[in-house]
Amino acid sequence: MSQVPAPDRARLRARYPEVFNRPASARLSTPAMVLFAFGIFVFGLVDLDFSPARFFLGLRELGWITLLMLPPDPGSSLPLYLKALGETLSIALLGTSLAAVLALPVSLLAARNLVPEIVRFPVRRLLDSIRGVDTLIWALVWINVVGLGPFAGVLAIAVSDFGAFGKLFSEAIEAVDRKPVEGIRASGGSGLHEIRFGLMPQVLPVIAGQVLYFIESNTRSATIIGIVGAGGIGLQLAEQIRVLEWQKVSFLIVMILIAVAAIDWMSGKLRFAIIGRTAA
Amino acid sequence: MTSAIAILPGQQLAALKDAYRKAVARKRLRLAFWVALLVGALVLAGFGAEVNLRAFFSHLGNFVSYFDRILKLDDGTRVWTNIGEWLWGWKKWLKLLGETLLISYVGTVIGAVLAFVLNFLAAENTSPRRWLSFVVRRLLEFARTVPSIVFALIFVIAFGLGAIAGVLAIAVHSTGALGKLFSEVVENADMKPVEAVRATGAGWVSCMRFAVLPQVIAGYASYALLRFEINVREASVMGFVGAGGIGQELIEAIRKFYYSDVSAILVTIIVTVFVIDIGTGWLRGRLFGGNGRT
Repeated sequence: MSQVPAPDRARLRARYPEVFNRPASARLSTPAMVLFAFGIFVFGLVDLDFSPARFFLGLRELGWITLLMLPPDPGSSLPLYLKALGETLSIALLGTSLAAVLALPVSLLAARNLVPEIVRFPVRRLLDSIRGVDTLIWALVWINVVGLGPFAGVLAIAVSDFGAFGKLFSEAIEAVDRKPVEGIRASGGSGLHEIRFGLMPQVLPVIAGQVLYFIESNTRSATIIGIVGAGGIGLQLAEQIRVLEWQKVSFLIVMILIAVAAIDWMSGKLRFAIIGRTAA
Repeated sequence: MTSAIAILPGQQLAALKDAYRKAVARKRLRLAFWVALLVGALVLAGFGAEVNLRAFFSHLGNFVSYFDRILKLDDGTRVWTNIGEWLWGWKKWLKLLGETLLISYVGTVIGAVLAFVLNFLAAENTSPRRWLSFVVRRLLEFARTVPSIVFALIFVIAFGLGAIAGVLAIAVHSTGALGKLFSEVVENADMKPVEAVRATGAGWVSCMRFAVLPQVIAGYASYALLRFEINVREASVMGFVGAGGIGQELIEAIRKFYYSDVSAILVTIIVTVFVIDIGTGWLRGRLFGGNGRT
């Protein structure tokens, strides 16, 4: 066993000056940023009336509520809840499909490699604005148009996903390989041929994967738009919370969890089948 | 230099063409089957969601005219001709927007800290015990799957009306979402430094601090910033259920048909979301160079 010699600090210092003598600005920037972030955090707590007394009182209340939730029990309204769940799944499926169909042509207009900047810029900004408005707000707007009910939910999900899909699809299109498109052009294909035979085979698997992922996340969104009156299981959930029927609330939450897990599993399988092993 | 294309003899060509046609036909048949299945599911969903196309088309005009109405002031002029009148409540709205931003900020910070504490326990390669990893994962999954507005509804009853319910709802949901992403970052980390630190006789906490953390901290910050962006959007509707922020003002304006107010509040929300997106994008670029989104 050889003894490790004690490190010679002076020599190490001389050898690696950049490690030992970092300028103060580099050493202090991280703590300064953390301190700044923490400062805003504390300001936020104070500004939002986040008093410890209120917090612990609420926590105790929450503990009671959790106890009251057990065991989950639908009472006599199980058929009603199952119907509402079906409604929610329908909303998610229809809304996402509608959005995908509408977004595909528009995304062509937002792709840098297909249209000039003068077309792309306004289309992109329009999509960004649509995305900036939450699904719940769109639901409120559509309720004004087609009345209360699940149809308003379908349209709300369709519109807000239209914004997201337009952006994602156009990014997928921008990432394609130019060579197949050039090949089509070289063999005398028109602009539409280029899109159909050069672009689409490359982007469709990506798009299909994204659509499936959105169906999954929209099942979650569709559970909540009922809170503002746009149909589905959220309506039941909000109602039962308001009348403090905690056992029914927990049953509904369990139903949502199971439905989301099932959709998750199914879309995972489908995505795998479409994209294959190569892509995640 | 010209090269002639060799054309196969007719018989051979016919056989190849036949095989090609068969292969294409099989592919088309399979596609047709899936399309039929999809259409069937859509029709079924159409009944489930009470789609009423007649009502839709007869009311579609309402959708356009709704935007026409929200862009008009009470005296019938367009909103942009009289900005002062349109944004009459800007002091109140800016204050509420500030509250919304604070709700999402505080919620994101609490969520990120909790996710930070939990993710080392959830990640397969760093968790000290298997069952602990399993329990923490299920917990995170629960927090992620229940939408934040449902948490907000429950918290409003437990903690009373106001921003505190919104903050906690966003914090819980962010914990679930970030915990999963963080633990995926940890699972991708190189385990050799951990072995090196353990070889010096360090405990679990030291291993995490000196071997794993330096590898993953940039990924964490990037995800937390992305989450903040998402949370600003979520916080803007927390007020719908009484959990603070600008949502309360918006839902009142929509329900009471204060048309020009609706558009004014929507525009302020959209502008804020833009500014936050650009700001966090800039910050990510500064902190992590071009590849902050990985």
